[in-house]
Amino acid sequence: MGTPHDRRRRQLAFGALSSSGLAAVDVLWRSARAQQAAPGGPMRVVSVGGALTEIVYALGAESVLVGTDTTSLYPQAAQRTTKVGYARSLSAEGVLSLRPTVMLASSEAGPPTVLAQLQSAGLRLVRAEPGYGPAALLANVERVGEALGRAREADALRAQLDTQWRETIARLRGAPGGARPRVLFVLSHVASNVQVSGANTAAAAMIELAGGANALGGFNGYRPLTAEAVVAAAPDAILTTAQGAEALGGADRLLAQPGLALTPAGRARRVLALDALYLLGGGPRLPRAVAELARFLGTLA
Amino acid sequence: MNTLAAPARVAVTDGRVRRLPPALALSGGALLLAVVAVLAIGHGAYRIAPLDVLRILADRLPGLDLAVDPQQAAVLTAIRVPRVLLAVLTGAGLAVAGALMQGLFRNPLADPSLIGVSAGGALAAATVIVLGAQLAPGLLRAEPWIAALALPLAAFAGSLAVTALVYRIGAAQGVLSLPLTLLAGIAINAMAMAGVGLLTYVATDEQLRSLTFWNLGSLATGTWTVLAVLLPLLALALLGALRLAQPLNALAMGEARAGHLGVDVRRCKRAVVVLAALATGSLVAVTGVIGFIGLVAPHIVRLLCGPDHRVLLPACALLGAVLVVLADMAARTVVAPAELPIGILTAALGAPFFLALLLRRRAAGSP
Repeated sequence: MGTPHDRRRRQLAFGALSSSGLAAVDVLWRSARAQQAAPGGPMRVVSVGGALTEIVYALGAESVLVGTDTTSLYPQAAQRTTKVGYARSLSAEGVLSLRPTVMLASSEAGPPTVLAQLQSAGLRLVRAEPGYGPAALLANVERVGEALGRAREADALRAQLDTQWRETIARLRGAPGGARPRVLFVLSHVASNVQVSGANTAAAAMIELAGGANALGGFNGYRPLTAEAVVAAAPDAILTTAQGAEALGGADRLLAQPGLALTPAGRARRVLALDALYLLGGGPRLPRAVAELARFLGTLA
Repeated sequence: MNTLAAPARVAVTDGRVRRLPPALALSGGALLLAVVAVLAIGHGAYRIAPLDVLRILADRLPGLDLAVDPQQAAVLTAIRVPRVLLAVLTGAGLAVAGALMQGLFRNPLADPSLIGVSAGGALAAATVIVLGAQLAPGLLRAEPWIAALALPLAAFAGSLAVTALVYRIGAAQGVLSLPLTLLAGIAINAMAMAGVGLLTYVATDEQLRSLTFWNLGSLATGTWTVLAVLLPLLALALLGALRLAQPLNALAMGEARAGHLGVDVRRCKRAVVVLAALATGSLVAVTGVIGFIGLVAPHIVRLLCGPDHRVLLPACALLGAVLVVLADMAARTVVAPAELPIGILTAALGAPFFLALLLRRRAAGSP
């Protein structure tokens, strides 16, 4: 996607001749921009999706990153990149204004019209493998590595993640007593309504990978649940995000909520709060997150 | 429609205030819209120098082959220009729908987004998105253009049903009770939005993504395909509205007097309901609910040019277009490279305007 910059400079001269003050401001802007974007067109990458951004950093390719979305929070440095907004409501022109050559897009990225417009503007769109778990992670590492011209680093990272993953599952054993512990994932807690995970969610996938069973499987996605339904679900352990626990004033406060307090998990005070992106992102920290969750559930040897 | 255009000229004049001459108002409005549209095409998150904009547009003319940056050209012709055109259509359509409804209800507070007409359209469109696959599985997948047309048509039907319902509840024996009309509209608005909420609840993640924008609206859906579907529908609504100008002027003096002046009142009212719903519904299906344009634009035009619908309707179309083009320009540049939902901007502008209108009417002693 090399943009002919010699001609652009010529156009700058043309622009300066135009009498309008607006045009002059525009031209100043453009020359400032033109200096930023070096000629010859090096790779410029926008990454939409926390896990994809983590992979970019893990491959040591952050120098090509020109923008990320608001879910790209790890590592710390990713928070200082230019933000193109929320993954699901991207702006075609906004993304293109960063003059990217490649966009890495999670399966959440959209709206579809905008993605189609970005592609028709010549942007190379690399979609993440949908789904949760190690298979999707390894596929994404490969895709990002290939798109960024870092296939060798990607192979090394894949091998490393694969080893980590094998070590984790080798140590997984059933919980004492044989049955899988029932885990309730609490996304947020407002008044006495808890937003919990059903089937086909990242949270449910993580719980199952760690040897637990999702306490609620009768519906897809995240749903609000009344305090009574929480008691009826009878979870042995409660899992939540650090962000959700913080909003409530700590994991202990979560257990004090009506409903949650009356569950086996509440009585035994078994609650774990993990960073949302670490737990649900499906990024390179996935094997570690699964191991940490399994240790908490008592399913790790 | 001949009987509608037949009645003698009904001049609605107001001697106390000086008005803009109609010719000046309309040509001024057209000029303003042209200037604003050019500005909007020249501005966006992606910087394209004014001269390059001209070069890219000129490059599209037959016989000219200027060297243009392909990515700049793609941004301009595939993203920005259709979006600005969609803003023009949206503003014109919503403002005219507002003016029509205000003429019908004889109340300057009637606005499609306030009395549930937009929400009715949104509910119908949401139903198609969420339940369409179950209700008519083969139909939506068969041809892309059927799906493209199904949404605006469903939204039109939803808007039509709400407008007719609000009118039925508000009118008793041909006399409209204005507070009743507004309250009925608000109740139906709440019901429709609750329906959208329910559909959001049962929607899959995939469908949810196409649902969420309806609460705040967005013009990011503006593509040439969308414009091709919308243009005939809106052209029909706008041209039809212009033909209703004289009957609406007569209607402003009351239905009985309009009848004496030779207006087929029932037919006129039905035409207003259908056209306002057509404009609102087809737009809602594409842009989501964008509030207050139908309230603000007609009100400003009435202040400047008076209540004569022959001037009011075309001037509204121009001013509404100007307002939406400006609001969308702000929406896509203020937090660039991200984007603000345009509904936040029009509500922030329109809601205080609505309150000021209420306060003035209270001071004047009318409900």
